[in-house]
Amino acid sequence: MQIVDTVNQSLRKIPTWTMYIVGAVWVVWMFYLAATNQMGPEPINALEREYGELGLKLIVLGLMVTPLRTWTGVNLLKFRRAIGVTAFFVVLAHFLVWAVLDVQSFGRMWTEVVKRPYVTVGMIAFVLMVPLALTSNNRSIRKLGANWRKLHKLTYTVAVLAVLHYIWLVKGFQIEPIVYALIVGGLLGLRIKLRQRRAVKPGGLAVGE
Amino acid sequence: MAYRWTNDLTRADITPKSAYLNRRQILAGTVGLGAIGIAGGASAQDALEPNTLEEIRTYNNYYEFGVGKNDPAQNAHQLDTSNWTVKVDGLVDNPGDYALADLLSGLSVEDRLYRFRCVEAWSMVIPWNGIELADILNKVGVQSSAKYVAFETVVQPDNMIGVRNRVLDFPYVEGLRLDEAMHPLTIMATGIYDEPLANQNGAPMRLVVPWKYGFKSIKSIVRITLTDEEPPISWNKANRREYGFYSNVNPTVDHPRWSQATERRVGGGLFASRQDTLMFNGYPEVASLYEGMDLSEFF
Repeated sequence: MQIVDTVNQSLRKIPTWTMYIVGAVWVVWMFYLAATNQMGPEPINALEREYGELGLKLIVLGLMVTPLRTWTGVNLLKFRRAIGVTAFFVVLAHFLVWAVLDVQSFGRMWTEVVKRPYVTVGMIAFVLMVPLALTSNNRSIRKLGANWRKLHKLTYTVAVLAVLHYIWLVKGFQIEPIVYALIVGGLLGLRIKLRQRRAVKPGGLAVGE
Repeated sequence: MAYRWTNDLTRADITPKSAYLNRRQILAGTVGLGAIGIAGGASAQDALEPNTLEEIRTYNNYYEFGVGKNDPAQNAHQLDTSNWTVKVDGLVDNPGDYALADLLSGLSVEDRLYRFRCVEAWSMVIPWNGIELADILNKVGVQSSAKYVAFETVVQPDNMIGVRNRVLDFPYVEGLRLDEAMHPLTIMATGIYDEPLANQNGAPMRLVVPWKYGFKSIKSIVRITLTDEEPPISWNKANRREYGFYSNVNPTVDHPRWSQATERRVGGGLFASRQDTLMFNGYPEVASLYEGMDLSEFF
């Protein structure tokens, strides 16, 4: 596994804070493009979509960290918190574009959340991300102990809701949201398999020893 | 001209080509026509400043060429519009395969500055050039038993990426009740801003029904069929609950996924505000077509 070692060595050299910088620069850059008419004639929708798609990609990437390490040896573990927190801020930007620039009023926001299922699930996903972002620090991990792991399993719920939000939003039979659904479904499957393997392993070892 | 509909908008209401080609520069200097219109107190609905040709050509739904708003502009050049024939069949006196020029010969092309409202709650104002559909239908001779008109979009799988991806059950089909089709507001457009339609706008000939959601205004038409029963329409086939046969612009009847009470004019930039959607998209003269109908049932 020469390549994996090289990849891991280079990854080790990258400080995790670069992730936040890259994320912030990207969000600001997209906003700049939209504000200066470089994102097509309907920049509000375009920007909303850019932020939403990157948010979903980061959520999926966060879920890939463990299986990636288990099955390929590529170790992104030290970036996982940064991936998650960046995902939250990108989704926050997505929410703000929707609320402030798109629907433009609290009354309409409320109607949208209540009446449109795709907005409802998107909003639930966003709300669920808030406690995850708030507890993404060492103090919370120490304080919450085993509950921290349980709480952060919510990431899977968020991912499923985010994909549902996307599928529900598009018109006709579109490939992209279905690809995300397959990836998230696959990751969920892998996680269940991993858990079964872990559950079996200690017993197996005990018999062997 | 057929003079069945009085166009209260004149050539003077259409932005001169030099102005729309330069609008970006004008906007940069913030002394555009629009700014004067707003300063003068006219509401956006009254002012009806048409969108630029660039906006009209780069923000499209034409799923045969992809689902992104810019995909049609990227991909529609592959559409082959040479030797275009339109099949006219069903309950007509003169059925047949018409070369487009023959179908339209002798009919007058008019300028129509119309609001265009998409079911996705965005809108434009478009200076169409087109022929009243009634003129075309009268030319082919509608039989008295006909009650509906069905339309079909061309399918060129080799040239249309969306057809290969099966986004919808192609060919795209649409339809109107005969009285809607004969209404003087209903046109077959062949141009915008006195230029032939761009492929992504539905070249060489597309329907324009300004009081209905944009998807009713079917593009690149190859077939017109007169029937006595309501024809199937593509979006209704794809999702019966969300898209009805009539699909009149109606701020009081919501689409399950988009509120139809307000809309956003394309081209207003990142900080554009929403505006109220008008009943029948601001064409109250068509209301009599639907007298006695429950428009929340026949949406």
